[in-house]
Parts: sequence; structure tokens; C-alpha cells
Amino acid sequence: MGFPHPIHPKENALLSKHFGDAEARTYTGWVERGGYQGLRKALGMDREAVIEEVKASGLRGRGGAGFPTGLKWSFMPKERVKPHYLVCNADESEPGTFKDREIMRWTPHGLIEGCALAAYAIGAERCYIYIRGEFTEPWAVMSRAVEEAYANGVLGADAMGSGHRIEITLHRGAGAYICGEETALMNSIEGKRGNPRIKPPFPAVAGLFGMPTTINNVETLAATPYIIQHGAALYKSFCLGNPKSTGTKLVSVCGHILRPGNYEITMGTPMKDLIYEMCGGMLPGRTLKAVIPGGSSVPIMTAEEAESCILDYEGVVEKGSMLGSAGMIVMDDTTDMVYQIWRLVRFYAHESCAQCTQCREGTGWTARILERILAGKGKEADFQLLLDLSEQMTGKTICVLSDSCAAPIVSGIQKFRGEFEAYMSGAREPVMATTS
Amino acid sequence: MSAIHDSAAADAYEPVFVGDTLDRLQSRFPEYPTKQALLLPALWMVQEQRGWVSEPAIGEVAEVLGLTPAYVKGVLTFYTMYHTHPVGRHFIQVCTTSPCGLCGAEDTMKALLEHTGCGDLGATSPDGRFTVVEVECLGACGFATPVIIDNDFIESVTPEKVPALLERYR
Repeated sequence: MGFPHPIHPKENALLSKHFGDAEARTYTGWVERGGYQGLRKALGMDREAVIEEVKASGLRGRGGAGFPTGLKWSFMPKERVKPHYLVCNADESEPGTFKDREIMRWTPHGLIEGCALAAYAIGAERCYIYIRGEFTEPWAVMSRAVEEAYANGVLGADAMGSGHRIEITLHRGAGAYICGEETALMNSIEGKRGNPRIKPPFPAVAGLFGMPTTINNVETLAATPYIIQHGAALYKSFCLGNPKSTGTKLVSVCGHILRPGNYEITMGTPMKDLIYEMCGGMLPGRTLKAVIPGGSSVPIMTAEEAESCILDYEGVVEKGSMLGSAGMIVMDDTTDMVYQIWRLVRFYAHESCAQCTQCREGTGWTARILERILAGKGKEADFQLLLDLSEQMTGKTICVLSDSCAAPIVSGIQKFRGEFEAYMSGAREPVMATTS
Repeated sequence: MSAIHDSAAADAYEPVFVGDTLDRLQSRFPEYPTKQALLLPALWMVQEQRGWVSEPAIGEVAEVLGLTPAYVKGVLTFYTMYHTHPVGRHFIQVCTTSPCGLCGAEDTMKALLEHTGCGDLGATSPDGRFTVVEVECLGACGFATPVIIDNDFIESVTPEKVPALLERYR
């Protein structure tokens, strides 16, 4: 089992403080470390007040979209005519991202606390935590923690003696990247193929089982007890850059980096501090070439863009990419960009649910063109073909899987065109044999 | 059960959802407003007991949850983790998606194929011990290369570590 690194002085460990501390995984250990106080406080507050506090904190969705959490909660109907549901998205499968896994492995009660708190705030009596099928260890840890939470009265018909019913059900996925998309995830819980749904209706109107539903990422929910316990003002004060991005963010760093791992930064931390100080920089003798900052679905950044980037929602957009899930893939000067872009495109081709033509056909077609280029059979006209296809794959489908496939293609051609040309001209040896 | 009784194979089929297993499934009904929502959990229960989901098992799941076999099969085949064929005693999944690929995952995959004797991805070794498949992102990119063997999630696997790792699955 991978062990988390000691906390770096530049980190701000709110969520990750107890990573690596096995005792924090137990109910008793969690309570001894101040756990469940945020939930207790929330249950004594008016629902509306809880939502207002989360709104005031500036917390935004940590799964990738960055939507304001309190605002999302406020979309739920005030009158509970139908059952309300909370869904926790623990289907973490965005390449480069491995932060939710650590939250579940090390602080399962922190997630349960956040889920219970959010369920109360939105008037839901049941929360489903959808954990991807491959996460065998987080599943086991979470199962034990939910049992303990029931045994200690945190969950159940009278959650923490509040008189409110809060139930948590763990639901295991079975291998499908697309189920991380919120409406696909709901279909999956309902026992259906994980095809995304057309929006509207939005989940708050008709979500899981057709009922008003709020769906949040693991990290988002795990952040809420701190906000209620210590107040929105303190959480909001964790901000080094843009006031629209507040709090802390777990950044998963992987690829060509000396110390990969999860680093909890204050919003607004410079990316170069993260790469060169916290992560210890590049491997010996190597230099930075490119960074994919927000999970594989966001545009690729050059080394220059990365080194001048501020890590918050606005800072990364300013450099032409997105913070996304903050799964940072670091690539050094040994990287073959064409090959890596092809590998990402192959991922999306494998994971397309095949509902929409642009995605079903486009992901496979672009992969085959890239294979042709890697086989030394590419032509200058392939640039325009790839860009045309990418254009057709962006903003035209039910969900954004297709857009995500286009992002590395377009940014890759813009920023690393010479590497494609080297394959086309024969200056670079083909690395692939292809028949297409 | 009429649909599955048509074939001779189905006559030899021993149901999964009897006794404790049926109780376990039914005890979960109150957690969901529909029985259909138990489809993924039910398929997991079949795979845990039998190692894969056979045609008669599809019929049984359909029966227990009030669905049609065709519907169950449609859902089953959407998800990559359910086996629709028997696999080796130990099922190995190795991630080769970009972040792990940058850190040498393809070499780890080749070492797994070689040392298990599987030869090809998706094939089962001649001794029936192993099946190796390549999978997309396992969500442990900081610990390249992650490998799942049965229910064990193993991090930081390198080609050098493969022989000793496989020894644990005799």
C-alpha cells in the first residue's frame, strides 16, 4: 500500500492531515481527532443556514467542473414532496487523478461526515456513494467505516440523536470511465448501462430514480465538515490568488516527477512551487516539457505556461487549460508527445459509451489517424483532418467525453506541431506498425 | 425459469441465489426504490461465487430481479469488469494509461505476460492459473504501475518485481 509523504511546509493539510494515520480510519480514532463535530453542529442548525454557510465559503466542486457547491445544494426543492437523494461520486477514473482514493483509504469517516452533512442540508434521507469497481481497498475501508457509523448512531433513523434519518449505501461500479459523468452514474445505480442523459432536466429536478438529486465529488463533500465546524470565513481566507477560488485543493501529481503523490495546496499556489519544491522537481538530468494540469481531459500546457501558472480555477484558465480534478500529469524532455496524445485518445476511444456519433466515430477515427502518423505514414493534410474532427467532437454531444478527447489533440498540434512533422517527414523513426 | 430451461446446459446449472446468497441480496432491497437497482450488485455476487457470469446466470439474475435476460445482458456487457467467459484462477489487470505509460507500464505488462505464460492479453495461461488484461486508468497514477490481482490492489509494480509478485498466487 502506498504511503503518503510527510506534509510539506507549503501544504495546507485540512483534508490530508491524517493521511497515513491508520487510527484515523476508525470511528474512535476519528472522534479523538475532532471528527464528527462539523456534522453535529450542522444537525443543530437550520438546513438553509448550512447551505448559506457553504455558499459563503466559496467552496466549488472538486470533481472537475468547479461549480459552486452551496449554490448546487440550493437548487434542491425546498418542499420535500418527493424523496431527495444525495449521490457521492467516488468513481474517480480521470487519468492523472488519485485523490479521492486517498480520502477513502485514510479518512473514511471524514467522507461519511461530509455525506451526512450534505444529506441533511438538501433534505435527503439516503446517500449513495458510488465507488468504482477497481477500488477494492477503498471499498473495504469504507464498508467498515459505514458499519461503524451505524453502530455508533451517526447514521440511521435518528442520526446523532437529531431526529433526522440519514442512511448511506455503498454502490460498487463495474468498470466504466463514463460512469464518473453524473447522469451516467445515476443510470448505473439504477441498474442500467452507464449512458449519460440529456440535460435538462438537471439532477436537482429529476435525478436518481427521477427524484431531486444532488451529486457531489468525494473531495467536495469531505471538505464541508471543516467549513461548518470552523466557519465559512476561515475557509474562505485560504486563498493566495483569485477570491473566486478559495480553500484547499488536493493535487495529484504523477508522471515524470521526483516525488509523485497528493499535495494539498491553498488555492492560488504557484504551480512551480508545487513541481519544484513540494514534489522535488524533475528526475535527475531531465527538464520539464509539458503538463496536463487537470486530469487528462484538459488542454496540454507547455513548460513555460506551467511554470508561470497559478493553481486555482481562474489561474489555469488564464494559461489556456483548466484546473479540472487537479490530476497533474508531468512530462519531461524524454516524452514523445505524439505517442502520449495517441495513448490518451485511445483511452477515450475505449471509454466512449457510443451513444453519440461524433464521439463513437470521432474517438476511434482520430486514434487511427494518430497511429498512422506514428507509423510514419502521416501526411500534412492529417493536421487539418484532426482539427476538423476535433471541432466536430467539441460541444456537440450529450456529455463532454468527446470534447475531452479533442482537447489534447488540438492543444498538442498547437504546441508540439514539430513532433508530428518529424514523424511525417521521416526525421523520427516510426514507433508503430499499422495497417490503416 | 422457462427461458433458461430450454438448453441442456441450463439443466445442469446450480442457482446462485439460494439460501444465504438470496438472503443477502434480498436484505438490500429496502435500500433502493427499485429491484432493478440491485442489478450491478447481483452480478457482482454471481461473479464472486462463480468467477464469471454465464448465460444461465444471466437468466437467473433476470428472474430474481424481475428483468428480462436480454436486458441483463445489455447491462452486463457495458461494464468491463464482469467476465462473460471463464478466466484463469487469478485475474490480473494492469494499467497502461498515459500517466503509468510514462513510467514504464508497458514493460510491466510485458513482464506479466511473459512470467505468467499467458503470452497474449486476454489469454489464460496453459496451466489455467492466470489471465492478464490491460485496463485503462486504475486511479493510482502516483504509484505507477498499479496492478490488480483478484481483489488485491498492488502499487508500484516494476518488471523486476513481477516474478516475486506472481509467486504469491500459486
